[in-house]
Amino acid sequence: MSAPHILAAESGGEFHAPGVELFDWGPLFPGGPAWLEWLTKPVLVVLLSVIIVCAFAWAAFRKPKLVPRGAQNVGEVAYLFVREQIARPALGKDSDRWMPFLFATFAFILVMNLMGVVPVLQLPGPSHIAFAIVLAAVVYVMMIFLGIKHQGLVGYFKNIMFPPGLPKLLYVVLAPIEFLSTIILRPFTHSVRLFANMFAGHILLAFFATVGYWFLIEKLTPAGFGVGVVGLLMTIIMTGFEMFIQALQAFIFTVLAASYIAGSLHAEH
Amino acid sequence: MNALLLAAENTVSGNIGAIGYGLAALGPGIGLGIIFGQGVQAIARQPEMTNVIRQNMLLGFAVTEALALIGFVVPFVHS
Repeated sequence: MSAPHILAAESGGEFHAPGVELFDWGPLFPGGPAWLEWLTKPVLVVLLSVIIVCAFAWAAFRKPKLVPRGAQNVGEVAYLFVREQIARPALGKDSDRWMPFLFATFAFILVMNLMGVVPVLQLPGPSHIAFAIVLAAVVYVMMIFLGIKHQGLVGYFKNIMFPPGLPKLLYVVLAPIEFLSTIILRPFTHSVRLFANMFAGHILLAFFATVGYWFLIEKLTPAGFGVGVVGLLMTIIMTGFEMFIQALQAFIFTVLAASYIAGSLHAEH
Repeated sequence: MNALLLAAENTVSGNIGAIGYGLAALGPGIGLGIIFGQGVQAIARQPEMTNVIRQNMLLGFAVTEALALIGFVVPFVHS
């Protein structure tokens, strides 16, 4: 028996923690025309982030000036961050060629994640796994295509499964593990990492917000007051923590995309 | 004592997948601690190698976290 359970039982009615139903969204206009049924809240969130990223990039880089002003300042800081922290360490001298892709990926995922703490919207885009899968699939297909193009079909898989300079006997164990981790687990973890963090973070926030609302407004009792205050405080703290996690996940996704691409361009070792 | 146990039997309910995920998170938790602990130590010893170390640290992190993520997904698949 959990503590909220006992406290709520005194005044009748039970506290229900939010669950997976948080992510079930019907059409945005129920009873609207049939051709508009695809427009649900997650789709709206992703469309909005596309528009925001495009508008920001347009404002920042449309007419670049030697002395940056306004949005160009922010844009240049963001671009330099992606180049110095993500592209250069992984891709080296190839980084300038891949910057458009990496910058767009980073900005898009960051904005989509931050939608989770924007009031009213409050739903991170990748908390539906479909969006995370598409992003990871793009990187995965690109990785395999580039690997076969630059190292040859046989050479690519040979470089993955048989990294040189190891005792012969070790390859019996190493080759299947390397194949599994590169070809099968990579796209899986790449997409599920983004999805799981957003999903769990959203449920966490919803849980503490529900605790605060239930014990302070809906069923206000002297015993439950303390729990409600804790729930409210935790909502505020966790919102800050979520913003950190959301930025971190966008960063990690892009770093991994960059290093997967780098591994396909040049064989390691 | 007996009544208490019976009461617990009647009220405690939930999905055993939650326990499964708790177990699945143990190993990757230890692994991630080792990876980032050693990574920070390596950066502290050789700050000029920060970029290379961070790159390898994140690659190892990606492989280790795969286990925790599989544990997270399996209850959904089997439910």
